[in-house]
Amino acid sequence: MGAGGGGNDVQWCFSQVKGAIDDDVAEADIISTVEFNHSGELLATGDKGGRVVIFQQETENKSQPQCRSEYNVYSTFQSHEPEFDYLKSLEIEEKINKIRWLPQKNAAQFLLSTNDKTIKLWKISERDKRPEGYNLKEEDGRYRDAATITTLRVPVFRPMDLMVEASPRRVFVNGHTYHINSISVNSDNETYLSADDLRINLWHLEITDRSFNVVDIKPANMEELTEVITAAEFHPHQCNTFVYSSSKGTIRLCDMRASALCDKHSKLFEEPEDPSNRSFFSEIISSISDVKFSHNGRYMMTRDYLSVKIWDLNMENRPVETYQVHEYLRSKLCSLYENDCIFDKFECCWNGNDSVVMTGSYNNFFRMLDRSQRRDVTLEASRESCKARQVLKPRRVCAGGKRKKDEISVDSLDFNKKILHTAWHPQENIIAVATTNNLYIFQEKVN
Amino acid sequence: MAGAEGDDSLYPIAVLIDELRNEDVQLRLNSIKKLSTIALALGVERTRTELLPFLTDTIYDEDEVLLALAEQLGSFTVLVGGPEFVHCLLPPLESLATVEETVVRDKAVESLRKISQEHSPVDLEVHFVPLVKRLASGDWFTSRTSACGLFGVCYPRVSIMTHTFESTLITAVMHFRTLCSDDTPMVRRAASSKLGEFAKVLELDYVKSDIIPLFTALASDEQDSVRLLAVEAGVSIAALLPQEDLEDLVMPTLRQAAEDKSWRVRYMVADKFSELQKAVGPEITKNDLVPAFQNLLKDCEAEVRTAAANKVKVFCESLPEDSRETIIMTHILPCVKELVSDTNQHVKSALASVIMGLSTILGKDNTVEHLLPLFLVQLKDEYPEVRLNIISNLDCVNEVIGIRQLSQSLLPAIVELAEDAKWRVRLAIIEYMPLLAGQLGVEFFDEKLNSLCMAWLIDHVYAIREAATCNLMKLVEKFGAEWAQNTIVPKVLGMANDSNYLHRMTTLFCINALSEVCGQEITTKHMLPVVLKMSTDQVANVRFNVARCLQKIGPVLDSSALQAEVKPVLEKLATDQDMDVKYFALEAISGMYLFNLPTYIFSETFSFSSILFFFFSFSLSP
Repeated sequence: MGAGGGGNDVQWCFSQVKGAIDDDVAEADIISTVEFNHSGELLATGDKGGRVVIFQQETENKSQPQCRSEYNVYSTFQSHEPEFDYLKSLEIEEKINKIRWLPQKNAAQFLLSTNDKTIKLWKISERDKRPEGYNLKEEDGRYRDAATITTLRVPVFRPMDLMVEASPRRVFVNGHTYHINSISVNSDNETYLSADDLRINLWHLEITDRSFNVVDIKPANMEELTEVITAAEFHPHQCNTFVYSSSKGTIRLCDMRASALCDKHSKLFEEPEDPSNRSFFSEIISSISDVKFSHNGRYMMTRDYLSVKIWDLNMENRPVETYQVHEYLRSKLCSLYENDCIFDKFECCWNGNDSVVMTGSYNNFFRMLDRSQRRDVTLEASRESCKARQVLKPRRVCAGGKRKKDEISVDSLDFNKKILHTAWHPQENIIAVATTNNLYIFQEKVN
Repeated sequence: MAGAEGDDSLYPIAVLIDELRNEDVQLRLNSIKKLSTIALALGVERTRTELLPFLTDTIYDEDEVLLALAEQLGSFTVLVGGPEFVHCLLPPLESLATVEETVVRDKAVESLRKISQEHSPVDLEVHFVPLVKRLASGDWFTSRTSACGLFGVCYPRVSIMTHTFESTLITAVMHFRTLCSDDTPMVRRAASSKLGEFAKVLELDYVKSDIIPLFTALASDEQDSVRLLAVEAGVSIAALLPQEDLEDLVMPTLRQAAEDKSWRVRYMVADKFSELQKAVGPEITKNDLVPAFQNLLKDCEAEVRTAAANKVKVFCESLPEDSRETIIMTHILPCVKELVSDTNQHVKSALASVIMGLSTILGKDNTVEHLLPLFLVQLKDEYPEVRLNIISNLDCVNEVIGIRQLSQSLLPAIVELAEDAKWRVRLAIIEYMPLLAGQLGVEFFDEKLNSLCMAWLIDHVYAIREAATCNLMKLVEKFGAEWAQNTIVPKVLGMANDSNYLHRMTTLFCINALSEVCGQEITTKHMLPVVLKMSTDQVANVRFNVARCLQKIGPVLDSSALQAEVKPVLEKLATDQDMDVKYFALEAISGMYLFNLPTYIFSETFSFSSILFFFFSFSLSP
């Protein structure tokens, strides 16, 4: 398997871990999404309990570079509550499926958060002044005798301890019949898309009561359904372009200039299936769980169950690069099917200059795939390596045959410990990795 | 000054000031809306030194409070001491102009524009211009977007100060240029939408040398949303330029916009087509706009075709008179013919709403030969909205060729709509019935449409039955009481014997609607006996509707009939076993006695004697 880090490679070291330490995990605490904002100064997580926690990068200790990557809680708020759809007798979970930051527009920060049905726009703002001085009562709340008022007092703003407030600004409802899997903000900064299993809608950020349906793959007869939308994203620079991936392993690129309804894609990215690898599980494992454009907009990355593929937008017939994430699981697919792990939706992300990609695996392993050197490394987010600035050791999995020293046998991997969500700071080598209920932050080792 | 007046007068103001920071948004909002009262009580001095600084810091509040505040400050000049001190209002408005909420920002800009007029030229230069510059070079895009809307208002007035005008203007153009090439699409959008307005206040030379390059750049921006706003700017700029410069300076860009890759930009061109036509004049219209319009009518995106179809009539109307007919017949009509059988219903429906207007432009012969076939195709369209749009515009064709010619083919379409499975479609056609009846005349109506109107009375949807009764009333208003007596009254009264109680009730509802327009004689002679007979109906709903009906038609009846016939029946109903019947009968009885009173009882000057009379008559009645 992969060669270890070394040479010119980045050495990753532990920085912080967030969340409870005990092994007893409350369902509500399971992290369901992780996202840096555009400057990397803020890091948001969403969980199954409908909460959003925002961490802010420490700015105080600029003199101590090793503390630069410390993130502390900035704001916590309940974004979604559990609901019940009485018409369809359906429970709507409060779980946060996705968080997307908006580019900063003024001193406040804005993010979109979504559960299965409802998308909300949140404003996170700071307040460091408060008004003082009443006419009719003292500052402590005691009322004054109205007869004693001889002059009018105008309140005055005085400095106070910094307070961070999160307030819901817009609630975008009734846009989706099925479960929302993706949201993505357009580069025009006034619209965004939301995708569910069968449809993609386009919203204006200031209009909550209507959206435009741009893709609808629902067949007239639901029995003919063979394919669902698994993820969708806008191009980072071209406001008219977006892609969506499907459960059949294809990616469609649509041009909103061509027509209002994008049912006809303008490009279809698909790799011909290798007949020798064909099995009962082929279709399940080819389903794409995440699609992400590179920062420069030239490439996109897709993640399926066993691999990460990088596509050049100008080449539709095959990916330019393919990386195996955990090929050793191919022999285990049967048991992974039985315990439902085969349906896990792993996400993937790019580093700041698109040279390395990261994605998760089982046993709290995550993978760094270096594109230029075609090198990859497996790292582990674990309690054992929680010492400050401790360098992460590469891990190796033994696929079969004789197990060498330091190698872990496939049979001893823990499939309950999975890393589905990871995020990479947009400029620096700082990564956030979500294990079940813990958020690990690692950074490049600084000498 | 307030202290001398004593404590009592201060109290309400004190409450208002305290509520500026109440936890309840509604109370804060109320207080902000009475800001002028607070300012008046504080006096101009304290308003400037205390109230405005406080307001400047309140930008953490809810949008609706900020919106109200931004609006209030626009008319606050007097309260801070008049034009001399108007610049004190700039700091709070400046902070409001940077909030993220568009409506608040726009309102702040609107107020800034308003108070800029109240600045003296010196103050404008000393206070206002620096504010615009600060906003234009602000860190956040919100302040930069707000700046875009202020260039247009403050510079023309600085020009009075001739010695600084040149330099001020040059910096203004420079700032605007920076905004047009801003990193964020939001600012470029704001600049794009205000470019036309800014151009209007500049001298022509500046427009040619500075604004045109900006326009060209924005019109080829990578963001669709910026390009589409540039179209509107292009129209305003074109209106400013002399004819001979249009071809070189704006037409290449506008032509390019009409063929833009993005349908949203083409849509914008189609949507602004009549303004564009007006701005560029007849020659360019003939040579450039006609082919462009043809292309838009044939666009591959239905949204674009819809927008263009909406403009067909206005475009044709404003074509130069000498060549109008030729252009329409050879260039526009062929495209229109294709649109009539478009695949998209919205396109057809947009066309149907304007196509009739072409007949007045083309005259009788062309209408009969070329347009009539198109109307007929649209009248038979599968979508009811298309047919409806045609029917609702029949009057324009009526003027040109007369309705007779249309009616033969019109009728089947109307009948079909009248029997549409969707009740909303039936409802819509009912609403056009009085209009159609007026156009077609009584003879044609009796022959073809009367039976339809009667059929609606027994529709299974209540809303249709209700609309049908209302329709009958309007028809009688048109055709008169005599016509009513001969044609519809017998049919309505006949339904009183129907086995379905809903139909029997319809009779009562019709009588409610018709009694007044039919007049006393018909009501007393023909309708009243039927109503009275129905008072013994076995269904309680019918009986209490009899009571209501009697109350309704009471004013139309003469008093002898009321006393002799109506009263006994109502008294009997008042002893009915059914609660509701009893209730409505009693209500009708008490209502009836009021009707007998002289009308001055209801006049506003309720004199003592009339009240006496009222009680008198009340006590006399049994």
